[in-house]
Amino acid sequence: MTVTNINAKLMQGNQACAEGAIYAGINFYAGYPITPSTEIAEVLSERLPQVGGKFIQMEDEIASMAAVIGASLTGAKTMTATSGPGFSLKQENLGYGMVAETPCVVVNVQRLGPSTGGPTAPAQGDMMQARWGTHGDHPVIALCPSSVQECFNLTVKAFNLAEAYRTPVLLMMDEVIGHMRERVVIPEPGDLEVVDRTKPEPGTQDYLPYQPVDSTLVPPMASFGDGYRYHVTGLLHDETGFPSNNADVMGALVERLHQKIERGLEKIIMVEEVNTEDADVVIVAYGAVARSAQKAMKLAREQGQKVGMLRLITVWPFPEEAVIKVAEKAKALIVPEMNRGQIKEVVQAAVAGKAEVHGIGNSNGDIVTPWQMLDKIGEVL
Amino acid sequence: MLPQLEKYFRTERLPHIWCPGCANGIIVKSLVEAIDKAGLDQDKTVIVSGIGCSSRAPGYLNFNTLHTVHGRAIAFATGVKVANPELNVIVVTGDGDGTSIGGNHLIHGARRNLDLTVVLFNNNIYGMTGGQYSPMSPHGAKATTSPYGNVERPFDICNLVTASGASYVARGNSYNTGQLTNLIYKGLQNKGFSFVEALSTCPVYFGRKNKMGKAPDMLKWQKDVCITKEAASRMTAEERAEKIITGVLHHEEMPEYTELYQKVIDKCQGGRA
Repeated sequence: MTVTNINAKLMQGNQACAEGAIYAGINFYAGYPITPSTEIAEVLSERLPQVGGKFIQMEDEIASMAAVIGASLTGAKTMTATSGPGFSLKQENLGYGMVAETPCVVVNVQRLGPSTGGPTAPAQGDMMQARWGTHGDHPVIALCPSSVQECFNLTVKAFNLAEAYRTPVLLMMDEVIGHMRERVVIPEPGDLEVVDRTKPEPGTQDYLPYQPVDSTLVPPMASFGDGYRYHVTGLLHDETGFPSNNADVMGALVERLHQKIERGLEKIIMVEEVNTEDADVVIVAYGAVARSAQKAMKLAREQGQKVGMLRLITVWPFPEEAVIKVAEKAKALIVPEMNRGQIKEVVQAAVAGKAEVHGIGNSNGDIVTPWQMLDKIGEVL
Repeated sequence: MLPQLEKYFRTERLPHIWCPGCANGIIVKSLVEAIDKAGLDQDKTVIVSGIGCSSRAPGYLNFNTLHTVHGRAIAFATGVKVANPELNVIVVTGDGDGTSIGGNHLIHGARRNLDLTVVLFNNNIYGMTGGQYSPMSPHGAKATTSPYGNVERPFDICNLVTASGASYVARGNSYNTGQLTNLIYKGLQNKGFSFVEALSTCPVYFGRKNKMGKAPDMLKWQKDVCITKEAASRMTAEERAEKIITGVLHHEEMPEYTELYQKVIDKCQGGRA
């Protein structure tokens, strides 16, 4: 790709996310203003009608999530963006999107909580809410960008995964990433892959909206208006879409929702490894904190300490194999987070004693600094 | 079932779940008759509901159907209609679903004058959860959560929706199905937010608790208490006090949301070219 002044821009993370959505082919955005995510809505309110798409500011967060699912059922690529309190409100309909297998992207530019918390203070305190925020039992895909460029690229990726797996996909940003400005190269059309959902073959007479047709276990998805007149519900249902109280039917649906993601793990899970080969200490980080980790690693190496970094780009499903692999070689893992150790506990469970796991947790609205990490590296080595 | 209406039903999904004597089925028939009269294309029509007794209706209807979560039917429908304005979008909701948990979406749907037709089945009670008082239960009514009589006052939901900006508001009942069909038909014809309150009956939870007799007695009660707007205009305030006024209560042409938004798109794209 040739970088010119035309396609390299200074951009904010939220803006890059909105532009990434345009690149991915978004047709519909519904949202409700909340700091620090609002710029995503503001940019899309301007950009969407320019490309023939629709923007609507709904009366609340719940309605926004509902509208996004409704729009997706007509074949649109849809997105909503919010922050902590709004993310909590969206949870019921997020679960609906999972069960009704409706592609959409939900962005959470995390801020300090709990509750109204610290509106412009950065945090990563919603990582477990992303995993387990809805009621019931379903898998989830959540991506964490660490740069403004990645806000663009991972938004495209989030749409692709949503379309490919017929599921809501979460983009778990943080305030640092959302509001930071960096140089972004806008890819030309075709540079990045753009995936569209699989529709039933034209002329399919016996279309069953929830029957998988191949080993992906992802059923093709007809749009409302295509002529298939199918039923969509949040109740557990059989392959026709109609509800069932039969234990076998209900269990099979929940199982398939998990299986379709498990079968896609290779395509879904993304990590970045730097200097892990010889590392005594590996910093496992995600989002803005991975930037501090990069710096800490560099400074530590300059002092002769063998430090590497494993960056979780996909946080859910959790990249267990990659974590175990580094744990088998390293003496210790350090998990710095802007929370009290939500992912640290998952790392610890995955590592199962193969290496020491130490957390650094900031819940005060400050990013974890490289110097906090250097101190910890000193303690560990 | 009338043969010409059979194509609108998923007959393999019948019988329905409604209790004997429930008037929801009567209202669904009026809805289907109105759809037939309006000549809507089944493939281009979406029926959306929330949760509750009446909200199970879409499952029995042979359209694109969307049974959502409690209270949010209009919000889901908003996404469907805005994303594809070619689709006819009808919302089926109950008084608990539409006026309580869904009250905010109802008034904002009306405010936007988005082209939806909302049919609110009002049986004055939460039926599916077993008979708790709703925002449409009359003052003094008995329910499982108002054993001493309902302390709260009900909405006049048609007035609320009119005040919120809907372009078409009507009220009918399950006794006078000819009128109800016509009111829904007019709602389908209206380009904008159309709201039809359809009085239903719940003999099992509302009627029994409030000593209203059996199912036919409740329909007779509807016949006696409902008067048309025209008849009401000839009555004194005292005579009107205990009556429920039916008919088209408000109808005013005003700009519709998706048409206005299309103008924004045209302007943006025209400006760019």
